[in-house]
Amino acid sequence: MTRHLSNRTGAALTIAPLLLFLAVAYAWPFLGVVKWSFTLPEPGFGQYRTLVADPLVQSVFLRTMRICIAVTLASVIGAYAIAVVWVRGTPTQRMLAEFCILVPFWISVLTRAFGWVALLSNRGLINTWLQSAGIISEPLALVRNELGVIIGMTHFLIPFAVFPLASAMRSLDDRVLLAARGLGASRTRTFWTVFVPMTASGIIGSALIVFVFALGFFVTPAILGGGRSVMVAELVYLRIFQSPDWGLGAAISVVLVLFVGLLMALLFRYVRPKQLV
Amino acid sequence: MPTYRPGPVSLIAATLVALFLLMPLLAVVPVSFTPTRMLAMPSGELSLRHYRALIEDPRWIDSILLSIRIGIVSSAFSTLLALSFSLGVWMFQPRFTALLIGFVLLPMVVPPVVSAITIYFLLTSLSGVIPWFGYDTWLGVAMAHSIMTVPFATVLILVALSQVDRRIDLAARGLGASVWDRATKVIMPNIKFGIATAALLSFVLSWEEIGVTLFITSVNAITLPRLMWMGLRDNIDPSIAAISVILILLTVCILFTRRVVGQNPKG
Repeated sequence: MTRHLSNRTGAALTIAPLLLFLAVAYAWPFLGVVKWSFTLPEPGFGQYRTLVADPLVQSVFLRTMRICIAVTLASVIGAYAIAVVWVRGTPTQRMLAEFCILVPFWISVLTRAFGWVALLSNRGLINTWLQSAGIISEPLALVRNELGVIIGMTHFLIPFAVFPLASAMRSLDDRVLLAARGLGASRTRTFWTVFVPMTASGIIGSALIVFVFALGFFVTPAILGGGRSVMVAELVYLRIFQSPDWGLGAAISVVLVLFVGLLMALLFRYVRPKQLV
Repeated sequence: MPTYRPGPVSLIAATLVALFLLMPLLAVVPVSFTPTRMLAMPSGELSLRHYRALIEDPRWIDSILLSIRIGIVSSAFSTLLALSFSLGVWMFQPRFTALLIGFVLLPMVVPPVVSAITIYFLLTSLSGVIPWFGYDTWLGVAMAHSIMTVPFATVLILVALSQVDRRIDLAARGLGASVWDRATKVIMPNIKFGIATAALLSFVLSWEEIGVTLFITSVNAITLPRLMWMGLRDNIDPSIAAISVILILLTVCILFTRRVVGQNPKG
């Protein structure tokens, strides 16, 4: 009995601090934000009605979906290509692939966005080279538009997409692939009809992770979009700080959370959480 | 046993992706040596003026020191909370463990902008009660960073704990060790590397945090990413290229050291 009691106290003393901290500093203020969405500027569902009706908000939501889908496709395909080498390459190839995945992963999102500005802007590296080589006369518009946002976000999200893919590829039994080859399938056929289908759970997991991350993305679109390709997250920022309409910012946040919750529920339905790590 | 290696097509595709991943990091190097005041490729002569600006302009030094201070405080706080929580979950296996962990992981899963507006609400409410702990104060930023990094620290420590053999803990318990002794003398020595990684990751995440920081600072608590953000938004200042080169070099060094330490069997 005493042991039972001491276990309970021990459990409470160790587990409670973090739970309390997050309850007070995260869950409670989130409820405050929900309250804002219903009370600012006046009580009611006005802000949610604006969300559905306002053409500006709608165009931002549509653009966000468009960019997120493009980024998800590009990131998963790119991540797949490099993950194959990271998991199945020779030791040297593996090391190089790991370097190329982990170095960008650890570098600040600002540095990476800045690198793309340096490459893509009108006076950036790519336009300077193309112009001095005489291939183009006017600089190409590569940044401050959706293209720039998609490039920058894909770059940010590829490492995140690699991890679930690599874990699916690692758990795949080599002998299946060797059997396919032994039975006369070509390299290409083995890849498309055995390797890819057997890593499908990794593909779904990584696509959902990338999509969810991309939805709430803020820094890269703000820098590479140059204020022209505003996405949902940037709209929240603008509504809080530039044209103070806290209620609308809060309402967008609530919708975003609900949407992400739905996607996460899908994720856990189709992919066991263990496969994601 | 023969293994299935990627073929030439895979290797070419992977090389292209690798180039894409490294390209923006390499691009900042030449720009940082440009002699002009604006973002441009150096044509002809190289200059160190943007590196000198980093040393001479007190704003850069101040923001770096502030980021280090916030990083240390928030990393210590979140690692401590995460460690205590993970030990409790591992040792006592309470009911609803999955639910508790799910709750702790929320700040990692919720879109960063929603966390940002949530913490903005928290800190502006706090400002009215304790001004030195609210909006635009370094303690407020440190607390915000702890909220954002604690899920990552928890995941890392839980993963480390999952590798620990429960029998050593049972043995200690059978021999009469107290809960405190089991935690500090039996379990923690076995997850040292995991705890250190959690602390390092929390520090790095805080060091480069911008999404939430942007919402909760204005003029006083200018961290390094906040300062870089201001330089990126207004007119692009090549000093950012110089600081970026330094940050990239630092990252490569840390990754390399960690790899060497990680390969050491005693680590």
